[in-house]
Amino acid sequence: MGMTITEKILAAHANLTEVEAGQLITAKVDIVLSNDITGPVAIREMTKTGMEKVFDKNKIALIPDHFSPTKDIKSAEQCKILRDFAKKHDITHYYEVGKMGVEHCLLPEQGIVGPGDLIIGADSHTCTYGALGAFSTGMGSTDIAAAMISGETWLRVPETIKINIVGKPANEWIGGKDVVLYLIGKIGVDGALYQSLEFVGEGLKYLSMDSRMTICNMAIEAGAKNGIIAVDDITRDYIANRFKRPVVEYHSDDDAHYAQEITIDLSTLKSQVAFPHLPSNTHDIDQIGEVAIDQVVIGSCTNGRLEDMRIAAKILNGRQAAPYLRLIIIPGTPEIYQTCIKEGLMDIFLAAGAAVSTPTCGPCLGGYMGILAKGERALATTNRNFVGRMGDPESEVYLTSPAIAAASAIKGRICAPEEVM
Amino acid sequence: MYQGKCWKVGHDVDTDVIIAARYLNDASDENMRQHCLEDAIDHFCDVVSLGDILIAGKNFGCGSSREHAPIAIKACGISCVVAESFARIFYRNAINIGLPIITSPDAAKAITAGDVVEIDVKNGIIHNLTTNQTYQGETFPPFIEEIIASGNLLNYVKKKVER
Repeated sequence: MGMTITEKILAAHANLTEVEAGQLITAKVDIVLSNDITGPVAIREMTKTGMEKVFDKNKIALIPDHFSPTKDIKSAEQCKILRDFAKKHDITHYYEVGKMGVEHCLLPEQGIVGPGDLIIGADSHTCTYGALGAFSTGMGSTDIAAAMISGETWLRVPETIKINIVGKPANEWIGGKDVVLYLIGKIGVDGALYQSLEFVGEGLKYLSMDSRMTICNMAIEAGAKNGIIAVDDITRDYIANRFKRPVVEYHSDDDAHYAQEITIDLSTLKSQVAFPHLPSNTHDIDQIGEVAIDQVVIGSCTNGRLEDMRIAAKILNGRQAAPYLRLIIIPGTPEIYQTCIKEGLMDIFLAAGAAVSTPTCGPCLGGYMGILAKGERALATTNRNFVGRMGDPESEVYLTSPAIAAASAIKGRICAPEEVM
Repeated sequence: MYQGKCWKVGHDVDTDVIIAARYLNDASDENMRQHCLEDAIDHFCDVVSLGDILIAGKNFGCGSSREHAPIAIKACGISCVVAESFARIFYRNAINIGLPIITSPDAAKAITAGDVVEIDVKNGIIHNLTTNQTYQGETFPPFIEEIIASGNLLNYVKKKVER
């Protein structure tokens, strides 16, 4: 029987000719990732067991992005553990503040991850790299510690759900975030539990690499093990001047087995907003009603890329954030930040009254740089709207695209770009 | 074999609720213990007793990959978690750090808070001593049983490396 892309990548890394869903395998990893929250726990576990030697210093990425630039003394201690470990083992892909970006924006941009790779990371949004035709998935610190030591990990081969993307977006504001929020709304936060989400179809040509990363990034919010999109010309263009290792392209066989097939029509898809307190609580933009907001956050590993910045700038150009509303914009990497300056986006943001931050996960997980008080409400381009995610347990987070976020910042309530332009 | 009094939570209990990110700047067991499930059950760490059992709905532990979540649950004395289903990363993390878990939709639905339950994780048997009902939960494949028997994943890896 034929295999899916996910099965092919897993088979290749397990040194097997074929694998099937449900099979337990031991696979070699190409990149192992960790950050300033999960890394120190992994390092602690390695030290406890007395196995501190890493399998390959070139295949480990350590990115202090969550509470960094450090927000307090305790987080400084966590970052120091990560930094000391990186120094001691001469880790190639360690990025210090100033060069550091939000990990899932940074690794693809820097060409550290690419097509055909098997990547595991101690961060649930590691599934982002599926957009490049890689198998990538999030795990915990101990799994990452084991892989940093052995270069291997155990995996259960997932079943795959095929998501067929058809049609052309009805307007320029429809993008990856709407596709993935709509999907999560349809199948639920455990709709793809233990499974792979494979996105196919002619509609993909309307979705840029940045949009595709947004889609695969949030596969975890449907419970999926990974999200994946086969390599095409859009992928090839993106990796051309970035990814230096040999490119291995995998494509699903025609007779590959899928557990389920779902079609999403871009031509009828509307901008999506997820209400508290689950990413599956989605509504079309024209069904929102009056929702006043105190804060807008545009950034994160979900929507902190250049396309997201450009869309926000297009809408904010010549306009002002509403009185008393805090507009926080966080470009995902130093390269994106610099491009925002070169393209004049930064002038637009500052003129609109936005606070623009150096790259950090910051407010997305309620770390710092925009924490909510009791009863406050934020609209964010981030990925989770769980209870207390961005601050007080009685605050609220609504999730949406950069276009809706930018427009809503101007109005002070959730609205479509058409209302302000 | 574990025996304890049950606490019950609903569906889709996420890792932010189990241990909020605002506490992740200190990964010590004591810090995790103090704040475990505090946004779901008031003062959970003070009212929970050593050996108690946590009963959960579907998709328990969804969200972040933070291993701090099963560490927090273990640190506050919970001996075993029974759920209708577990989120993928939480499932791995629990096994890897040695927090006993068991999937059993029947048991998770039927058991109520305060029931006293006895659990045989190896054979997947859950016995509600309060109602005298017995449920069959899922057992682990031999490979995962080996990790569990080693206490945690790194001990297992160490044994493998030393072989």
